[in-house]
Amino acid sequence: MSSYHLDHLQYLETEAIHVMREVAAEFERPALLFSGGKDSICLLRLAEKAFRPSDIPMPFLNVETGHEFPELLEFRDRRAKELGAKLLVRTVDEAIAKGHAHPAPGEISRNKLQIPVLLGAIEEFQFDCAIGGARRDEEKARAKERFFSFRDSFGQWDPKNQRPEIWNLYNARVNPGENMRVFPLSNWTEMDVWEYIKKEKLEVPNLYFSHERECFWRGGQWLPVPPLHTDATKPDPFAGARPKPNESIKKMIVRVRTIADMISTGMIESKTDTIDDIIAEVAAARVTERGTRADDKASEAAMEDRKKAGYF
Amino acid sequence: MPHSHPIELLRFNTCGSVDDGKSTLIGRLLYDSKSLMEDQIEAMEKSAAITGGGQINLANLTDGLRAEREQGITIDVAYRYFATPKRKFIVADTPGHVQYTRNMVTGASTANLSIVLVDARQGVIEQTRRHTLIASLLGIPHLVIAINKMDLVDWKEERFQEIRDEIEDFLPKLGNFRDVKFIPMSALNGDNVVDRSTRTPWYEGPALLHHLETVHIASDWNFSTFRFPVQWVNRPNNPTDHALHDFRGLSGQIASGVIRKGQQVVVLPIGIKTTVKDIWNYDHSMPEAFCPQSVTLCLEHDIDISRGDMIVGLENLPGRCADLTARICWMHLRPLQAGKKYFLKHGTQTVQAVVTQIENKINFDTLEPEAAPPTLAMNDIGGIRIKTAKPLVFDGYQTNRLTGSFILIEQGTNATVAAGMLSAPTEAVRPEYTDFDI
Ligand SMILES: Nc1nc2c(ncn2[C@@H]2O[C@H](COP(=O)(O)OP(=O)(O)OP(=O)(O)O)[C@@H](O)[C@H]2O)c(=O)[nH]1
Repeated sequence: MSSYHLDHLQYLETEAIHVMREVAAEFERPALLFSGGKDSICLLRLAEKAFRPSDIPMPFLNVETGHEFPELLEFRDRRAKELGAKLLVRTVDEAIAKGHAHPAPGEISRNKLQIPVLLGAIEEFQFDCAIGGARRDEEKARAKERFFSFRDSFGQWDPKNQRPEIWNLYNARVNPGENMRVFPLSNWTEMDVWEYIKKEKLEVPNLYFSHERECFWRGGQWLPVPPLHTDATKPDPFAGARPKPNESIKKMIVRVRTIADMISTGMIESKTDTIDDIIAEVAAARVTERGTRADDKASEAAMEDRKKAGYF
Repeated sequence: MPHSHPIELLRFNTCGSVDDGKSTLIGRLLYDSKSLMEDQIEAMEKSAAITGGGQINLANLTDGLRAEREQGITIDVAYRYFATPKRKFIVADTPGHVQYTRNMVTGASTANLSIVLVDARQGVIEQTRRHTLIASLLGIPHLVIAINKMDLVDWKEERFQEIRDEIEDFLPKLGNFRDVKFIPMSALNGDNVVDRSTRTPWYEGPALLHHLETVHIASDWNFSTFRFPVQWVNRPNNPTDHALHDFRGLSGQIASGVIRKGQQVVVLPIGIKTTVKDIWNYDHSMPEAFCPQSVTLCLEHDIDISRGDMIVGLENLPGRCADLTARICWMHLRPLQAGKKYFLKHGTQTVQAVVTQIENKINFDTLEPEAAPPTLAMNDIGGIRIKTAKPLVFDGYQTNRLTGSFILIEQGTNATVAAGMLSAPTEAVRPEYTDFDI
C-alpha cells in the first residue's frame, strides 16, 4: 500500500478548500457568512488554508437577530480583526425599523426575520455568492442540498430543480440578481467539525464549554435567562423570552451544543472542559444537535420551508 | 468513539429500481450501526403513528423532502453519513425512477463503490442494466449487487444464483470493475446487512457492512501521472512585506500523481518546462504532495499562468485538442441540440463548445449502441463529437476521472445539461520547450 494516504479529515479538508477556491475564482463579489459558531470557525481556517499568504479575498457577513449571546459577538468581532478581514453586520432591528422585516404578532423568535435581512444584505452589497457553514448531516432537508446551491432573484431555493453536481465540476454561473449559496462543509458531520477543531487547535467561544448559568425550563428544554434590559429608551428585545413568574430559575452547569440565538438555544447540562470532553460527549450523544433547537422542532418540514424562502 | 488511528472514508451510492428497497437499506445501515439519534427515531415513530401501520418506516429517514414523504418516493439525491470504528461512510441515496437517472450519475460520480439493488422477485430489469452500466461508465471501481427481498422468495439459493448468472452474463460487456460482490439480503429485516444471516447458510460471503469496511480503496487514486489544473493564482502583492511582495503561487487540487520540490514540470498549453521551487500549504512548505491534496505551487520561472492552465509531469503527457469524442449523459428536459453553443467546464476552465455530431445512443436492453440517433434526451447516454472554442488539455476518462470529465452548461439559463467523459487522446501533446529549457 502506498504511503500517499489521506485520512477522512484530510479528505474533507481538501474538498472544502477546492470549493472555496472555486468561489474566489468564479464569483465577482463573494461573501463568507461568519457567525462565530463552530461550523463557521472551521470555515475561517479553511479560508486561510485556501488563500494564504494572500488576504482572504472576501468580506465576512453576519446577520444579527438581536438575541445573540454577548460573548459570541465579542468572539466574532475579535476573530475577524485577527484575520484582517472586513466584517459586515446587518441586524434584524435595523430591518424592522426600516420596514424591511415584519415581526409576526406574538412571535418572539427572530429566526424567520433573518431571511429578509440576509436577502437585503445580499442586494445592498451586490453579493453574487455567500459561503455558509451548513452541513448535510444537520437536518433532512439539508441532506439534499448541493455544494453550490442556486438561488433565484427572490433568493428562493427550489429543491426539485437543483443543478446536478458531478465530480468536482461545480456550475457557478448566475445571471445578474441571482446568487449562489456555497457550503464547503456539506460532507462534514458534527463529529468531523469537533475533530477538526481539535486537530487545528482552533479557538471556540466559551459557550461550548461548561459554565455556570441561570436557566429556566420551557418547551422541553433549558433556556438561558436573557441579560437584563438596561436601555429604557428601546423596547426590550427579549420581551416574551424572559422567565414567567411560574417558571423557576435554576443556576446550572451547562453548555451549548449548537448556537442559535439566546431564545432558541437549549442548554445542555454537562461537565466538559476540553475539546476532548466535547468529542466524547458528541460520540455518546443520543439526540442530534438540532434536537436542542426549538426552531426545528416546529414541524417535520420546518427547515425545508425556511430554506425555500431564502434561509440558509 | 474518538479514534486514535487514521480512519478512511468510503463513498458509495445505492441504486436500483423504484421500491427495490434502497432507502430501507440505508435506514437499516444507519439504524443497525447505531448512527441514529433518539430524536430521529422519535420523529419516525411519530410519522409511523400518523401515516398508519404503526411500523417504523426506515425509508422515511432518507426521504427528506415533503413531496417525497407525501408520494412515498425519493426524488433527489440524499446524502447520509455514518461511521463504524473502522471507516467513515458517505452515502448517496440515488433514486430509482427512470426520469431521475441524472441524479444517479450525480451520486455515483464521486463514489468508490456502487450498490445496485435487485428485487429478488423481479430479477434483472432494464434499470438493473442501466445502473450497472452507468456505474461502469463512471469508472466506479467496486460494485455490489444486493439481491434484496430474499424473504419474499423463501431464501432460495436457486433464485439468487439465477439472478447472479444473468448479471454475470452481461458484466463482461461492461468490463473494468475491480471487484464485484453478490450479496443475498433482506434490507427490511436486516439479514446480511450488518450481520451474516442464519437464513442463508448456503451463502459464504460477508455481510454488506463488513465488505464496506474492508474493501481495498487505497489504490483507487491514480498516483502515477502528475496533473495539476491551476485553480487560482495566489499573488499577495503586499508592498510592505518583501517576501510576500514577490510571492507568486498557483493554487489548486492535485488531480492525479505526486509532486516533489525540485521536480521538472511542463506548463500547458504554452508548453514551457520549469521546476517546482516550493510546495506551499497555508503556513509551511512541504517536500512533496499527492492527489487529491489542495496545495499552492511556486515555480522557478515567472511564467504568465492563469486559471485553466494545467501543470503536468514530464512523462505521460496529456492530449491537446479542440475536436473531441466523448460519452455524455444528458440531464435536462430540453434535449441536446447539435450545432447549438454550450459552455463546457473541464477542470478549472470553461470554454464554448458545439456538439458537431451525435454518433450513437446506448440501448439499455441490449447494452449496445444504436447508431445516429436524432438527439439525446433526458437520461440518454450516447457518444458525441464536440468542438471547443479553445483546445482542451485532457486525458481519457478511463485513465483520469478528473482531467477526463466535463459538464455542459446551457447558455442563458445556466442549467447543467450534461455530464461528459472524454475518450483517450489519439496523440499526446508535443510541447516545443522553447523558453526556459533546462
Ligand atoms: N419484504 C421485504 N420488503 C422490503 C425489503 N426491503 C424493502 N422492502 C419494502 O419495499 C418497499 C420500498 O422500499 P424503499 O426503501 O422505499 O424503496 P426505494 O428503493 O428507496 O424506492 P424509491 O425511494 O421509491 O426509489 C417498502 O415498502 C419496504 O418496506 C425486504 O428486504 N423485504
